[in-house]
Amino acid sequence: MNSHNPLTVSRRGILIAGAATAAATSLAKDAMAANESPPANAGAVPTASVTLEVNGKPHTLNLDTRTTLLDTLREHLHLTGTKKGCDHGQCGACTVLVDGVRINACLTLAVMHPGAKVTTIEGLGTPRSLHPLQAAFVKHDGYQCGYCTPGQICSAVGMLDELRRGIPSHVSADLNTRPLLSPDELRERMSGNLCRCGAYSNIVEAITEVAGVKT
Amino acid sequence: MKPFTYERARTPAEAAAAVARHPGAKFIAGGTNLLDLMKLQIEAPAHLVDVNALALDKIEATQEGGLRIGALVRNTALAADERVRRDYGVLARALLAGASAQLRNKATTAGNLLQRTRCPYFYDTNQPCNKRQPGSGCSAIGGYTRQHAVLGASQACIATHPSDMAVAMRALDAAVETVKPDGQRRVIPIADFHRLPGDTPHIETALEPGELITSVSLPKPLGGTHIYRKVRDRASYAFALVSVAAVVQRDGSGRVALGGVAPKPWRDAGADATLPQGAKAAAARLLAGARTTEDNAFKLPLVERTLAAVLGQARSAA
Repeated sequence: MNSHNPLTVSRRGILIAGAATAAATSLAKDAMAANESPPANAGAVPTASVTLEVNGKPHTLNLDTRTTLLDTLREHLHLTGTKKGCDHGQCGACTVLVDGVRINACLTLAVMHPGAKVTTIEGLGTPRSLHPLQAAFVKHDGYQCGYCTPGQICSAVGMLDELRRGIPSHVSADLNTRPLLSPDELRERMSGNLCRCGAYSNIVEAITEVAGVKT
Repeated sequence: MKPFTYERARTPAEAAAAVARHPGAKFIAGGTNLLDLMKLQIEAPAHLVDVNALALDKIEATQEGGLRIGALVRNTALAADERVRRDYGVLARALLAGASAQLRNKATTAGNLLQRTRCPYFYDTNQPCNKRQPGSGCSAIGGYTRQHAVLGASQACIATHPSDMAVAMRALDAAVETVKPDGQRRVIPIADFHRLPGDTPHIETALEPGELITSVSLPKPLGGTHIYRKVRDRASYAFALVSVAAVVQRDGSGRVALGGVAPKPWRDAGADATLPQGAKAAAARLLAGARTTEDNAFKLPLVERTLAAVLGQARSAA
């Protein structure tokens, strides 16, 4: 290798160059800070206060208005059972129940939910007293890595309630009769929860068992 | 996300005035599309006016025998409403064909109409897009265009409108009811609500700055067989390549609107008139003036075949 080739730079060389650039940038910033007054809003990120009831406990939080319900649960209340997958409402890993209804916690702001009752996977069951769906997922091996599982289970709780309320789905043959749970109905109704390990067949078995027992 | 200030409005007029008062303000209801776009900094409102506390979440009978759907009625609630299921099946079917259950539980009627295109070039902030940054150019033209419009597009933009619900509303001749910042109300026929891109693809609807949708009204029920047929890459939770919303009467007459092919739900009075002659004739009218690329030329035969399937289904149901 020709060591004079300007394109041949060692990793160490890049790190040193990067550090030099960072130092220069920081000096430039200091110089600017001395000469310019900061913009009116600098450092003052808008916040708002909201009270949420999470798993039965009320919490009053003063949050950056940008905080999603998902980040509120994970970063402020340290309820890390709810997972951040895509953060764009495509994977369903962040599914929680808000006033009993399943939603993507990543696509809503905490400040939009004053007084809401939020249920996360931590509120459904405990290691000593599992929710029936948690027990069924264990029994039927409804996961491999487990990352999507809290969202799958919260979604299934919401889904079974929607079925009880008679809400139709895309695969319901007749809009005017009460929908019944079938494998096709279950797959369609759970299509907002992705499982990249592909544990779908066991997830269907776990939910079907619980639905059969309950209804 | 860029920082923003936030307020909750108490009345529709107050909400409209608040958005008009703050430069760069936006309404937020379900937020399922807006927050996604804000995370990508495609949308960067300086102020959000939360309209969720407004009393716009009811579905009521109108004096004319139709239904008035509040702007905040969630997609799930609209699809599950007994009157919608019985009398406006095409609308229930279209709603249920869209998104996931979690998103439908949050997404609102007005927000569904106002959702933005899923053109991948609109989403890629590294690339020019006239809709995202007016005058910057269209990256889709000459790019990968399998999902793009074959009707109603322009030299500035070839994006499609992503809604299923709006396609059914177009077939039903719905009307969008609004309030302006000065408190004035108006009614916009759904046919005039979404704009074709022309040379201003960033202006997507007939709404004025600060104008708030309060409800969508449906005329009295049409009877007939209601069908929404959506062709997509997955069986669930995917946007339409082509969709057909149809209400077909026993004598074969009816009305039809297309989704997935244009910047707005696509309907043609001439095509409705030719419906009794079959799918070929109606598709020819609907697709008159279509402009395709190598990637999306498949949409033309797909429209005809989907329409044929819909008319066949209607015949067997009648």
